[in-house]
Amino acid sequence: MIQVNNLTKTYNGTTVLNIENLEIKKGESFGLVGNNGAGKTTFFSLLLDLIQPTTGNITNNGIQVHLSEDWKPFTTAFIDESFLIGYLTPEEYFYFIGDLRGQNKADVDALLDKHKEFFNDEILNNKKYLRDLSKGNQKKVGIIAALIGNPEVIILDEPFANLDPTTQIRLKRIIKELADNPDVTILVSSHDLMHTVEVSNRIVALNKGEVVKDIQTSEETLKELEAFFAV
Amino acid sequence: MFKRFLQLELKSFFRSASLGQSLGLKIFMGFLAIYFLVSFLILGIASYPLLKQYFPEQKPVLLVNNFVVIWLVSELFMRFMIQSLPIMNIKPLMVNNIKRQEMIHFVLLKSLFSFYNLLTPIVVIPFGIWCWREENFTPLQVIAWIVAMLALVISVNYANFLLKKKFAENLKGLIPYLAVGLVFAGLEYFEVFKISEFIGGLIHWVFEFPLLALLPILLAFGLYRWNFNYLKNNFYLDSGLKGKTTQVESSDLAWTKRFGSIAPFLQLDLKLIWRNKRPKTTVWMSLVFLVYGLIFYPNPTYSVEMPAFLVFVGIFITGIFVINFGQFIPAWDSGYYSMMMSQNIPMRQYLDSKAGLMYFSIIVLALLSTPYVYFGVNILLLNLACAVYNAGVNVPLILYAGSFNKKRIDLEKSPMMNYQGTGTAQWILGFPLLLIPIILWYVAYKLVDQNFATLSLGLIGLIGLLLRNLFMDKIVKAYKAKKHIQINGFKQVG
Repeated sequence: MIQVNNLTKTYNGTTVLNIENLEIKKGESFGLVGNNGAGKTTFFSLLLDLIQPTTGNITNNGIQVHLSEDWKPFTTAFIDESFLIGYLTPEEYFYFIGDLRGQNKADVDALLDKHKEFFNDEILNNKKYLRDLSKGNQKKVGIIAALIGNPEVIILDEPFANLDPTTQIRLKRIIKELADNPDVTILVSSHDLMHTVEVSNRIVALNKGEVVKDIQTSEETLKELEAFFAV
Repeated sequence: MFKRFLQLELKSFFRSASLGQSLGLKIFMGFLAIYFLVSFLILGIASYPLLKQYFPEQKPVLLVNNFVVIWLVSELFMRFMIQSLPIMNIKPLMVNNIKRQEMIHFVLLKSLFSFYNLLTPIVVIPFGIWCWREENFTPLQVIAWIVAMLALVISVNYANFLLKKKFAENLKGLIPYLAVGLVFAGLEYFEVFKISEFIGGLIHWVFEFPLLALLPILLAFGLYRWNFNYLKNNFYLDSGLKGKTTQVESSDLAWTKRFGSIAPFLQLDLKLIWRNKRPKTTVWMSLVFLVYGLIFYPNPTYSVEMPAFLVFVGIFITGIFVINFGQFIPAWDSGYYSMMMSQNIPMRQYLDSKAGLMYFSIIVLALLSTPYVYFGVNILLLNLACAVYNAGVNVPLILYAGSFNKKRIDLEKSPMMNYQGTGTAQWILGFPLLLIPIILWYVAYKLVDQNFATLSLGLIGLIGLLLRNLFMDKIVKAYKAKKHIQINGFKQVG
């Protein structure tokens, strides 16, 4: 589904990302782990054509992301709060995203209803603007908004950060459910090795912009990763 | 401890993003500050001889004293609009080993060094010196008067913070006070009770009994104490330092659906304008500028001798929203621009929606400006021509210029004296938007006559409207080419 070729990103002579070759297959549940500054967000931003690669390219379903925009209809993402529109209520935001993705109100309502438990009654019908929600609740909105419109590629940057334990467990359930769908490719980054191991069937570790581990998840994966990061 | 606060303060000043933004802006703001200081200084120096010349039968100081109440009220109004107490800045210090009182004293005392506090002294002090030299006041009398004036200014400074705390979130609460103010203004106007002379008389007593200058000082201290106590009791995250949380007034704006594919963006833009301080103020200002014509139309200097100037007025009145709102497209969406760009958004619809909003504003403003027909049919025709020109030429122009915007805008900050988001594009843009139509009109006017000039201006606008698709295609390309620069720029907070 996603093919990375000789991708590098350099800022003022410092290379922050350098991936020679990486292929993410359709239906894969892909976990990206790494320390701060390892290049996780840079990689996702490149994948969304939010920044331009210094060299190389990424193709998403055969479409070079920095040449054509045709990847947008089947790709969704939640990177950070800058993906939210602060002066909208959660409902308005969901419907707006739904509009952009060709979903009518009923479609969006159905999806929201399905994830009612995830919201824990803190999001909908609260008469609050997104900018006035707590960080965790903002994140919940962003994550669910990324599920609107049956996307085939879902990119979530640090989805577990700022969430309470109950919501983390519920989010894991949601991601696993999506991962079971052979048509959905889901990319998740995290600092938390355990979460990532639980929801991903393939894990790539980045360190200083380079791929240092690329493993199919198994019983030993967590130990292997912990050993790697325990410096 | 105060020394350390001062160091922090200096750092925050020199490192603030708005200051570091661009050298040109810094210089501009500097000039603006100097301009105001010099104007006020001239006012201070020149007012005595001028008053003497024009009102020889009255003592200048009496006239000035009578004016004090108007001065103070307008100063309070200006401060209410612009100045605020930067109490949020001390949030990071709250849990540190610093006494609360000290922090509050610092914040309150710091406000004394605000630029606005300089304006009155540089008027009052030269005027006081004149009084001392020209009339037989003793130095003590003059000093007492100056001290009283300065104390009044400081009182206004602190009164403003109290007012802001009390009314910033509930402007309706101001209505009774405004009503009282209007009653006094009315009494003054119909010469029933002259509050200005009453207060002026009170102030004049300071000359008789210099010790009375202590009263304004006490007032200033009292207001300081009031502020201090208020802050001390509200120095908690959930009260005084809390950010505002507003209740949602929702409406589904279903009527926008008839605009088809641009409806979602139109809805978003309307909410953007209605729910955020800066764009909202932009709309109010557009309406205020409608009366701009009243300054020029009755004045034969413009309407007869410099008719080209009326083109400026026409473009301005019908296009003020286009200028004020348009110049910051797409920076209004800077907070979530990366989301927009990763969504399945046709750039064309996004821009069409912005253009639609501006067309709408032009129509509304043009309709609202029709009463100017009172000053002549040519004024009405000229304004309509200007409206068409704005829609046909200025809207695409300003949209195109928007592709050069790369400065973030904070939607919740007031636009008064706020140059955030202002870059080179905005400065250069003013000229073609306003000058080109004036030149076009003037040339046609010199060649043929006024009616022909107005007609051709409208025709050019019409041609622009007909070529709309062509323009929009080019603009869309420009936005796409600048996308990454804009995303990066909009991320730079501050």
